[in-house]
Amino acid sequence: MNEVLRLEGLTKSYGNVPVLKGIDLTVRRGETVCLIGASGSGKSTLLRCVNFLGYPTSGRIFLEGKLVGREITDRSGTKLVKYREAELCSVRAHVGMVFQQFNLFPHMTAEENVMIAPIKIRGLTKSQARDLAAVHLKKVGILEKARSYPGQLSGGQQQRVAIARALAMEPAIMLFDEATSALDPELVGEVLLAMRQLAQDGTTMLVVTHELGFAYNVAHRVAFLHEGTIHEEGTPEEVLVKPCKSRTQDFLRGHTTFRMPEPKL
Amino acid sequence: MAYDWNFSIVLHYLPKILEGGVKTLALAGSSIAIAAPVGVLLGIVRHQRVPFLRVLAVIYIDFFRTSVALVLICWCYYALPVLIGVNLSTFTAVTIAISLQSSAYMAELTRAGLQSISVGQWEAGRALGMPGRTRLRYIILPQAVRRMIPVFFLLIIEIAKTTTLAGVVTYPEIVYEAYRVATEIYRPIETFTIVGAVCFIFLFTASRIALYLERRFAVVER
Repeated sequence: MNEVLRLEGLTKSYGNVPVLKGIDLTVRRGETVCLIGASGSGKSTLLRCVNFLGYPTSGRIFLEGKLVGREITDRSGTKLVKYREAELCSVRAHVGMVFQQFNLFPHMTAEENVMIAPIKIRGLTKSQARDLAAVHLKKVGILEKARSYPGQLSGGQQQRVAIARALAMEPAIMLFDEATSALDPELVGEVLLAMRQLAQDGTTMLVVTHELGFAYNVAHRVAFLHEGTIHEEGTPEEVLVKPCKSRTQDFLRGHTTFRMPEPKL
Repeated sequence: MAYDWNFSIVLHYLPKILEGGVKTLALAGSSIAIAAPVGVLLGIVRHQRVPFLRVLAVIYIDFFRTSVALVLICWCYYALPVLIGVNLSTFTAVTIAISLQSSAYMAELTRAGLQSISVGQWEAGRALGMPGRTRLRYIILPQAVRRMIPVFFLLIIEIAKTTTLAGVVTYPEIVYEAYRVATEIYRPIETFTIVGAVCFIFLFTASRIALYLERRFAVVER
């Protein structure tokens, strides 16, 4: 079983406004997939549907081969998927999420931020959780700040703690929602480096990003979203260097920070 | 007009006034002990939109926070025993009256505290797989309570002041006792000056404690 996440015909509307118009996407184990696209193209909405911070309007989500929710057919013959909150909690526990705004818990130290979910959700003891926290804080290079509060850390450090917090649940897949967009430019590098390290260690990742250089260098596949559909998908080379579709070409042309050829790191 | 100040005679009655002070504290303490937990629960129910219960909470809160304390006290002392068929001591009646009103204030304070926590905090807990109750208890409430400390102590001070209305049903709190002393010795100016001083010492101490706690538990914000 190689496939961690599969989306089939996923749609999402806010009222009458369709944001996602039928997304099919598969992420395999150990793979890093980057989602790129203009603001409003539905990248974040897509990511939030994967761990049900937003509920899909229709379509199916498979996590490690299993359909999330229960499929029913209503009177008119339409197939619907019903979700139970308890099941979604366990799905979320298996899907790590890193937010643009970090969202660390400000009343807890870095270490406690990482420990809380393993203790409360996975039932680890305090000392087990502390060891686990040390492993993951070390992985993102911030173990020396374990006893600091979020307010005492820089944005880049906070985001790395947030990554460690998600990793400590040992999720099947990690989602990154523009993890570097809220950072000062000089702090972007350390977070991207930590993410790159994860990718190289074989973490399965679905990454929404504006960092096209990161997508080019780290992703196995890149998907370009346009108006709620996956407009073009392929290897970084295919999508970012030799895009076939004119929309993709327009998007890349407008991207001033990314000029091909980018030096391969 | 020269007034002949004479505190010595009032000081003679100081134990009586202080006794009233202790009664006041007892009343304030028991009211807070009831109002705080009840109010927090009501505030959570209102904020969390618990079905059905929420409607009851909203009715309770809106009714009692707009009520007049003096009327509530009289009503609980005179009308409530008739309705429930049990005689209430002045202490019990006033405690009920003040608790009813203060728990409504406390509920709104709790709701404000909960609302002040960003959606991102709820989402972060949710993304980690925490059910609502876990998130509320470990993520949201600890932060909300810290923000509520200053206003909570303001509420305590308000409650302490409200207890001075208990005299209307002859509960011997500090102002009631002072009034009796003042009429006995014809020294209202000195008597109430001393009452003012005693109250100031108590309440000022309380506000200092609040400030200390606020700083002690402050979350470092950037």
